[in-house]
Amino acid sequence: MTLLAHLPPLQMVLPLMAGPVCLLLGRPRLCAVWALAVAGACLAIALTLLGQILDTGVISYHVGGWEPPWGIELRLDALSGLMLSLVSAIAVVVLLYAPASVRHEIPADRQGLFYTLFLLNLAGLLGMCTTGDAFNLFVFLEISSLSTYTLVSLGRGRSALRAAYVYLVLGTVGATFYVIGLGLLYMITGTLNMVDLAQHLVNADNPRTLLVGAGFVVVGLSIKLALFPLHKWLPGAYTHAPSVVSAFMAATGTKVALYVLLRLAFTVLAPSFSALHLPHPVTVEGMALILGLTGMISASVSAFLQTDLKRMLAYSSVAQIGLMVAGAALLTPTSVTGSLVHLINHAVLKATVFLALGGVLMRLGSVRLEDLAGAGRRLPLTMGAFLLGALSLVGIPGTAGFIGKWTLLLAALEQDRWGVAVLIGAGSLLTLAYVWRVVEVAWLRPAPAQAARVPEIPLSMLVPLGVVGVANLVFGVYTAPTLGLARAASTALLGGATP
Amino acid sequence: MSVLAWIVATPLLGAVLIALARRPFTRDLTLLLIALATLAQVLPLISPVLAGERPAVTLATVMPGIDITLSVEPLGLIFALVASILWVVASLYAIGYVRANALPAPKRFHACFALAIGAALGVALADNLFTLFLFYETLTLTTYPLVTHGGSPEAVRAGRVYLGILLSTSIGLFLLGIVWVFSLTGRLDFVPGGLLNGVIEGPALAVLLGLFVFGIGKAALMPVHRWLPAAMVAPAPVSALLHAVAVVKAGVFTVLKVIVYTFGPDLLANTPAAHWLMYVAGFSVIAASLIAWRQDNLKARLAYSTISQLAYIVLGASLFVPAALTGAAVHLVAHAFAKITLFFAAGAITTATGMTRVSQMNGLGRRLPWTMAFFSIAALSMIGVPPTAGFVSKWLLLGGAFDAQAWVAVGVLILSTVLNAAYFLPIVHAAWFRPPSADPPDDDSHEAHGAHAHGAVSRTGEAPFLLLLAMGLSTLGVGALFVWPDLPVALARSLP
Amino acid sequence: MTWETAGGLYNYWIFILLMMIGFYTVIARGNLIKKLVGLNIFQTSVFMLYISMGVVDGGTAPILSDRFTVYTNPLPSVLILTAIVVGIATTALGLALVVRIREAYGTIEEDELLALDHEDFPAGRTSAGDTP
Repeated sequence: MTLLAHLPPLQMVLPLMAGPVCLLLGRPRLCAVWALAVAGACLAIALTLLGQILDTGVISYHVGGWEPPWGIELRLDALSGLMLSLVSAIAVVVLLYAPASVRHEIPADRQGLFYTLFLLNLAGLLGMCTTGDAFNLFVFLEISSLSTYTLVSLGRGRSALRAAYVYLVLGTVGATFYVIGLGLLYMITGTLNMVDLAQHLVNADNPRTLLVGAGFVVVGLSIKLALFPLHKWLPGAYTHAPSVVSAFMAATGTKVALYVLLRLAFTVLAPSFSALHLPHPVTVEGMALILGLTGMISASVSAFLQTDLKRMLAYSSVAQIGLMVAGAALLTPTSVTGSLVHLINHAVLKATVFLALGGVLMRLGSVRLEDLAGAGRRLPLTMGAFLLGALSLVGIPGTAGFIGKWTLLLAALEQDRWGVAVLIGAGSLLTLAYVWRVVEVAWLRPAPAQAARVPEIPLSMLVPLGVVGVANLVFGVYTAPTLGLARAASTALLGGATP
Repeated sequence: MSVLAWIVATPLLGAVLIALARRPFTRDLTLLLIALATLAQVLPLISPVLAGERPAVTLATVMPGIDITLSVEPLGLIFALVASILWVVASLYAIGYVRANALPAPKRFHACFALAIGAALGVALADNLFTLFLFYETLTLTTYPLVTHGGSPEAVRAGRVYLGILLSTSIGLFLLGIVWVFSLTGRLDFVPGGLLNGVIEGPALAVLLGLFVFGIGKAALMPVHRWLPAAMVAPAPVSALLHAVAVVKAGVFTVLKVIVYTFGPDLLANTPAAHWLMYVAGFSVIAASLIAWRQDNLKARLAYSTISQLAYIVLGASLFVPAALTGAAVHLVAHAFAKITLFFAAGAITTATGMTRVSQMNGLGRRLPWTMAFFSIAALSMIGVPPTAGFVSKWLLLGGAFDAQAWVAVGVLILSTVLNAAYFLPIVHAAWFRPPSADPPDDDSHEAHGAHAHGAVSRTGEAPFLLLLAMGLSTLGVGALFVWPDLPVALARSLP
Repeated sequence: MTWETAGGLYNYWIFILLMMIGFYTVIARGNLIKKLVGLNIFQTSVFMLYISMGVVDGGTAPILSDRFTVYTNPLPSVLILTAIVVGIATTALGLALVVRIREAYGTIEEDELLALDHEDFPAGRTSAGDTP
């Protein structure tokens, strides 16, 4: 067999193996180059795989040559390909940005560790997107989670430690819930392969165990993706983590968890949804819709109340995740497409705003609202990128954020769900309200008199920031890569399994 | 790139050039040249459009069925002409004003001004609702720095109201309306005769119409008019831009465009449920006039007058007959020239004397004869007295109202003419026939304060020459439109 | 459900009991170490669920030998080996964090930590104060 055929396992094995090498390399500068090279290779692999998938359809790889359902299967469809490309691309951008920022925020003796953990985290995330085995998924989930806890704890100040601890406890509870649920499903079916599991669940005659198992799985994953009201860990973790980590987590971590939820909900559980006897008006998608929309509105209000911008954006992430879940819960091709395209665009725009805040933290020493007076004039390029991301977050037409909101609105109106449409609009307006506070302070309030002149952030940070910033505009007009992929992915997700 | 794309791109390019300019003189010259260049590109479009050509260019396809496309049709050309002609005049004024008042950050000011004009031209040339919405929102965002240019706390508050109302209506209602149209028809382009003909009817149509009319907050139809008086803290050239050239005109233009091309006048005329618009517009005309009457701050009075005059245009459109639509389109032009003159004059008065209130203007005609002469002519146009442009458009509107047998509209037009006279004539009378009052001008307005602080202006003479020149040109337009109304009328009549 | 079947499923009762004890400890205890202990019990309950699930009555360990024909399903045990590794890693990391927290704050009681965090961030709502 050629190397090309072994790309699926290579995708996550590469960063997994490359991570510990950083510990041997020692010098931070070497580690940075090594990590960037690995992430670049991952991106190349992801894009190659995506091309293969779009060409020939689903790729199924049997690890060690064992046939599924006995062996572990790596199963790649358009959605996995999309996620792999997204995660690796964001990793490349973040790693380009990282060296200068990490030098500033993390002590020299721990910088090598940072790159190790970053690569392990990347391996976990990529693994979650490749595997077709539900238990294998848990392992990758924990690889990424454990490395993320540690990454969060590298943040400045002692609060980072506490945030990491809170995240660890809740994350572990979530993962354990997932394992419990999976155990119950395994009890009914005797299989862990997702496709196999779906087929067996349809024929299973034990709806109560199925219901409980599915419940545990969904609740466990909801903690991981910070679905309201299980989002309590997220604001602390995003706020106190190093800037680079916040950016990477916000852009990819929760997104991959959402991918897993969608994958399990649509591929594994959806075919047997009819067997779930819920009391009449209650439906699974109805609950998801309500939780998603409530989360969107309430987290947006919380975001408005924050004075720490990282925390504000963290709540904003909770809100946007709510929107994506609500979109997927409408269960139409348009709505799932909308959710997925918003997932991509939101990753881009959140990377932009968090990376911009990293620059602000570096130069102004704080990301609290009151310390940002005049920041727009003091750091024009950094804050300009922030503004681009913020406008995209609001969903101004011509920016990436608009595409997802448009598609979701369209999906809501196609089904005459006026309430949903109005709430999506209201969510955008709340976003505008909390984002615009920043604009007013940064551009309209004069800088304090004793403020020293500060230089712009170094070029090595500015360039990746500019790339994601401009991507907001590009993906707002040129949507073939985002919307086109999202459409293919939603077809893959809903294919044959429309409940 | 096609001519149409260049028309939109020229001001954007101009903004960059202005930002790069090093010396004030180069900056001002660039501004003027760019304005003239834009106009020079719009003018040649007249004859092909009158001949029935509809050139178009697609710049990008955002989503299937959703393009960024520019095209030109009679209504859009009317708006593009108004915007590009008045931009030249407004640039002259802005240059003079910025210099006379030593406005801070002039480069940002002129650059944002140019961006706003570019966005307004984009609205004018938009070939579909998506493109229109794109430029509509761009216009909101590019005018925000102008509204808050002073940076004072009240400017920030005004900016908040401005942005809050315009974006919440556009995202909350306008966008919803657009998505609704798209979900019904799968397209968004402007179709002669109406895209929605035969797709939607009855109360749903009335609701959709409401989403558009109130969603287009820039049209300032009551009750979404609050942003307009709030935004008057902005420097005078901005007020002129907001009220006469770009923003409000973009609003009513969008309303007209939606009624003509998305709904189709025939569909609306045959739907009794949609006739509420006439009453809302009529109410807006009268109520805004009454409020204007009570205002002492000159700019506030002019702002409410704008709300009332915009409602004329919506009223004309809401009659759903061709004659009234023609009247509405011509009124868009007539009001633009007259109102820009009035705001220019208000700015000139403040620049020259520091006055901001109507009650201070006794005998002002003797101190500022030219300014007040231009002001008076424009005020007569607002009332609709010949020989001014206002007479022509009001005549056409009345004709349309008779045509539609809409006696309510006829009544509203007559009553509001009386009200217009009631709030404009006292100013004219006081300025020319009352002796100057003794009490000194107050300094409560930000602008007056700025003028004082910099002491750049003498308090006795006329306004600076550039301001007078700009006012003279726009007043000339007011008169010219009475004598030669053929072009706008011909364009408006060629609407489907 | 009769008493007999309920009793016959005693392994599940133990699983549920352990799970609840662990979960309760995580939620109710303010001491960070006790929380981790609770988390461990919680995870252990899952090991119980998986392993007891795979047991076949009268079966033996899955050893390849001619003498035995009935043996336990090996897969759950294998899975749980993995889960134990994950659990150990989590506990180790958790304990390491507790050590660092103790170094930084001088306490590992949650309410005291919260109070200290409020001192760091007087605005209150910007503290790290999200308790699990």
